[in-house]
Amino acid sequence: MELVLATGIGGLVATGVWLLLRERAFSVVLGLALLSYAANLFIFAGGRLAPVPPPLVLGEVASGATPADPLPQALVLTAIVISFGTTAFLVALALRAIGESGTDSVDGGREEER
Amino acid sequence: MIHLPLLPVLVPLAAAVLQLALHRAGMGAARGIGLASTGLVALLAAALLWTTREGAVFAVALGNWPAPFGIIFVADRLAATMVAVTAAVALPALLAATEGMDRLGRHLHPFFQIQLAGLNGAFLTGDLFNLFVFFEVLLIASYALLVHGNGGARVRAGLHYVVLNLAGSLLFLVALGLLYGTLGTLNIADLASRVAALPEESEAPARAAFALLLAVFAFKAALLPLGFWLPHAYGAAAAPVAALFAVLTKVGIYAMLRLSTAVFPAADWTAGLLTPWLMTVALGTVVVATLGVLAARRLGAMVAHLLLLSTGMLAAAVAEGSPPMLAAMLYYLPHTTLVSAALFLLVGRIAAARGEAGDRIAHAPRPGAWPALGAAWLVLGIAVTGLPPLSGFLGKVMLLSAAPADATGAAIWVSFILSGFVGALAMARAGSVVFWERPDLPPAAPTGMPALGPALVLALGFVPLLVLGAAPLSVHARAVAEQAAARQAYLAAAAPGPVARERRP
Repeated sequence: MELVLATGIGGLVATGVWLLLRERAFSVVLGLALLSYAANLFIFAGGRLAPVPPPLVLGEVASGATPADPLPQALVLTAIVISFGTTAFLVALALRAIGESGTDSVDGGREEER
Repeated sequence: MIHLPLLPVLVPLAAAVLQLALHRAGMGAARGIGLASTGLVALLAAALLWTTREGAVFAVALGNWPAPFGIIFVADRLAATMVAVTAAVALPALLAATEGMDRLGRHLHPFFQIQLAGLNGAFLTGDLFNLFVFFEVLLIASYALLVHGNGGARVRAGLHYVVLNLAGSLLFLVALGLLYGTLGTLNIADLASRVAALPEESEAPARAAFALLLAVFAFKAALLPLGFWLPHAYGAAAAPVAALFAVLTKVGIYAMLRLSTAVFPAADWTAGLLTPWLMTVALGTVVVATLGVLAARRLGAMVAHLLLLSTGMLAAAVAEGSPPMLAAMLYYLPHTTLVSAALFLLVGRIAAARGEAGDRIAHAPRPGAWPALGAAWLVLGIAVTGLPPLSGFLGKVMLLSAAPADATGAAIWVSFILSGFVGALAMARAGSVVFWERPDLPPAAPTGMPALGPALVLALGFVPLLVLGAAPLSVHARAVAEQAAARQAYLAAAAPGPVARERRP
């Protein structure tokens, strides 16, 4: 399970960084989205991967069973919301940049072409 | 008022909501609410300074959840000082925005307030995850403020700024995940005790997490290899927005200072995390920014490089870390933030008065109100480059006399003094190009604006205040540095008592 998660996060980061370094704004947006998935999974893994009971304590706590750590889940939820919002803003800004410069390049086309 | 540390965040947020709700009531309502809220934040900052003056540290636990688990806000002298600096910059910046720039696009005022809430929150929060959240709050407002008023260059600079900052935020998240995974807490005060008790085999990942975190803060503070976005973005922003952004880099400096005073002295393996590389990076920033000041072809870019230069100086003081150096830095920080903000506002004025030539450092008809603008340029130039008798000189003298008497100190002396000399040279050259009369050019058309305007007068008013109030300000700065270096008060208020926890698997 650890191996699957680790290689998954690694693959997401690699793809995300590669896309982030491309020239087209569309690829950059996709790259940032993939990187944010990787970061979220990473935080989630910070709460340890173990088959433990959910962090809901009703009445007596069963002895010997440590419930899962609820905090990374709360953190990840916040992080997801924030990265969702910023990605939406970035898409709007990239569309605006296309409208201004007529190209999808993050540098707004080369100087000599304009 | 036990909730005082919350109010500098809540007031601007409420104002932003009110401004959006009263969107149809017109610009007058938005301006009135914005100015009222910013003025209220300034009063709250004064109240925070007053309540923390004896050295007490106030912590508010939201919903009364105990500290390492709940969200806490902590107000000590350092946080109160930073909130006060923010308010002092925000007032003239907002006044300048109401001089007509806020009509260029919609919703400048709500974004301004949200930015204010984010800045204050970042200074007052007591744990790293909320620091991240407030970073995002202030950044998303800054994205919108940066592209306010449109223009192709501004949208392009905005796109770069947003992409870089999003990448930085993701690094921040990874660092937080790693930190929580190894230390099991993100509360700053709790981190200090967990760091000291960390078993040796977990040191490496925790060290990597702190290194990542510091890299993110260095990026926000625009230190050397990560700072090339700043002149680009700030030079393209409208003048009032750039003036407010003068506080943004200080958030990175503040976060480094907080970690290096509250957490890093707690254990041997964290004590040396910051010092070795930060000094090199900071002095490198000073050198590169000095060259940038000399090479700038527009006034806006020049002021942005001057801001970068001062950030490098502040970071060098944080790297040195001795209480006298921090005290000097805490006098220099308000000075440089206020003077840079005033310079951004002045450049906006000059660009407007010159018409077509804008803020390019090129021969053009002399601007109409040149005596007042030129005098302001002279005063701010003297202040920002550290010539006597203004506050920049006093700040530099304090920094240099606190510098250690070894090779590092020598590097600090050489780079600070040379950067001041080169900065003065560049300011004088730019001023003579812009304000010198050229008989062969026709005089510029009068714009009908008052020469300086209330915003710039207010911003300029801080310069004599910083000089005349130097004695009480430096006493206060010393008190702030002593409290930060002593740590106990902050740690005791922010994490009351050790909490029994099971050892993490």
